[in-house]
Amino acid sequence: MSTATQTTESTELAPVRTESLAELLVARERPPRPNALQTSLTFGWRAMLKIKHVPEQLFDVTAFPIMMILMYTYLFGGALAGSPSEYIQYLLPGILVMSVSMITMYTGLAINIDIEKGVFDRFRSLPIWRPSTMVGYLLGDALRYTLASIVMLTVGLIMGFRPDGGFPGVVAGVVLLIVFCFAFSWVWTMVGLLMRTEKGVMSVSMMVLFPLTFLSDIFVEPETMPGWLQAFVNNNPITHVASAVRDLMGGSWPTEEIAWTLGWSAVFVAVLGPVTMRLYNRK
Amino acid sequence: MKSDHLAGGGPAIETAGLVKTFGDNRAVDGVDLRIERGTVYGLLGPNGAGKTTTVRMLATLLRPDGGEAHVFGHDVVREADAVRSRVSLTGQYASVDEDLTGTENLVLLARLTGHSKKASYERAAQLLAAFGLSEAAGRQVKHYSGGMRRRIDIAASILNTPDLLFLDEPTTGLDPRSRNQVWEIVRAVVAQGTTVLLTTQYLDEADQLASRIAVIDKGKVIAEGTKGELKASVGAGAVHVRLRDADQRPDAELLLRQALDADVQLEPDPVALTARVGSNGDANGVGPSEKASRALAELARAGIIVDNFSLGQPSLDEVFLALTGSPTDHDRTTDEAQTKEATA
Repeated sequence: MSTATQTTESTELAPVRTESLAELLVARERPPRPNALQTSLTFGWRAMLKIKHVPEQLFDVTAFPIMMILMYTYLFGGALAGSPSEYIQYLLPGILVMSVSMITMYTGLAINIDIEKGVFDRFRSLPIWRPSTMVGYLLGDALRYTLASIVMLTVGLIMGFRPDGGFPGVVAGVVLLIVFCFAFSWVWTMVGLLMRTEKGVMSVSMMVLFPLTFLSDIFVEPETMPGWLQAFVNNNPITHVASAVRDLMGGSWPTEEIAWTLGWSAVFVAVLGPVTMRLYNRK
Repeated sequence: MKSDHLAGGGPAIETAGLVKTFGDNRAVDGVDLRIERGTVYGLLGPNGAGKTTTVRMLATLLRPDGGEAHVFGHDVVREADAVRSRVSLTGQYASVDEDLTGTENLVLLARLTGHSKKASYERAAQLLAAFGLSEAAGRQVKHYSGGMRRRIDIAASILNTPDLLFLDEPTTGLDPRSRNQVWEIVRAVVAQGTTVLLTTQYLDEADQLASRIAVIDKGKVIAEGTKGELKASVGAGAVHVRLRDADQRPDAELLLRQALDADVQLEPDPVALTARVGSNGDANGVGPSEKASRALAELARAGIIVDNFSLGQPSLDEVFLALTGSPTDHDRTTDEAQTKEATA
């Protein structure tokens, strides 16, 4: 066993007390079956506990986004918008969408790692609402997305990002982004169940995420691109999310882009949710 | 959902022609089982025999490719949820979250089965105390020793006192002491009326715990019955004799052959002999133990000094050998070999 290296073998393990065990077993009455919300929240609690016990995983949602903002603002700022502080006004909402969308892939990784271990079997043999295991992962991830957003906005503000939408506009933008990412994560629940190994999940995630995030309006206006690329970019869900978040933070209400974002979110859940559950039941 | 766990009638498990294939491999190839309530049933077989696959189908984790299986009368495919509310599974590997502490793992499962927060923590504390894990309650399971993992795993399985508990190789990889402790736990669980389906490749484990045993090999049940029946099917018990003086062995061999009316084998040890005797009485109603004691008297009369003498039923090892024609290869009981079956 690979994990056996870290065991602290207690020299004298306390004996099993079979009498008290017998007393515990006598109680046969089961409490009423919990509903879908309760079980989903319980799995969400598990995700929180995992963050508490393995805080290193927060590195992905803090250091990585900070690196993204710093890199792209100073790399492209001068060339694209005259100066980094000009560029960040346009870039920050987009890079926020990009970073948080990229973080979604860790959902797939977490699921894939769990399957390797026996705990997945335990969950699958419980008489509960089946998707709650998956929803639990996503609830924990929503917390990570929120955290990443706060970190990035803080760094952005320090670097000179001044959103016209003020606090309400920024909050609205973040909420929309998290709703989208919650839905988008079902791509990764599916991939996590589909792939045999962690590595497989990782490479598929990258293959999807790089084109999806770069071929959008996050870095530059689509008008500067060739026609065929514009066609892709303008229909890329990430473009809709980035535009909506940018406009919300900029103080306007982009009804059309919000509708596109929510529409895509609904499609992801409606299509990939059932596919995920099918894979989950078959696993 | 009906709460008919005590209502009699009907076996705990009944399967007919159960089949599961993985590609070309028929992992389970037409298994028929009938397991009565309140008993420990042993599924005995070497690695890759199809034990785990059978259990996973019965625990609703795998969908059978053919045949039927009912658990407490519920179909494992069509009424999977009804089955899930009655059973619990302890797999070959600890089915607990290694990143969480012992308490957190148990509370998680208690909450998922509908206990209130307060009741969950109480139940977790009681179970940890009963399993001798109170001290490790706040430690992450990844830091537990093998024996502790098994305990927390079984604690998680019996959190709600299941009507049927699947124990898939519960003592594989444990030291003899931890093994005995797991056996004690299993006995305590069964004493409360829970039915247990135990898979094992250790013959003595099945012998210790199970009342009925099915021997499974290459996806098929090749023998089924009580321990006594299985042993009787091999047809013999064994008389082992150790002499003080190796020189007396030829005389002893002759005497024993006459007295027992059976083949006598000379062991590699120059003072030891083994004779096979029928496990049932002969035509005159003389049983094997009576025959053996007469033979012993004969030896004494002839002045042959016997240092040690034993009469035993054949071991399940011998049963297995007789049934499969190949010895169980204990060298294969390694973790690598296990992994193959688990991932299959």
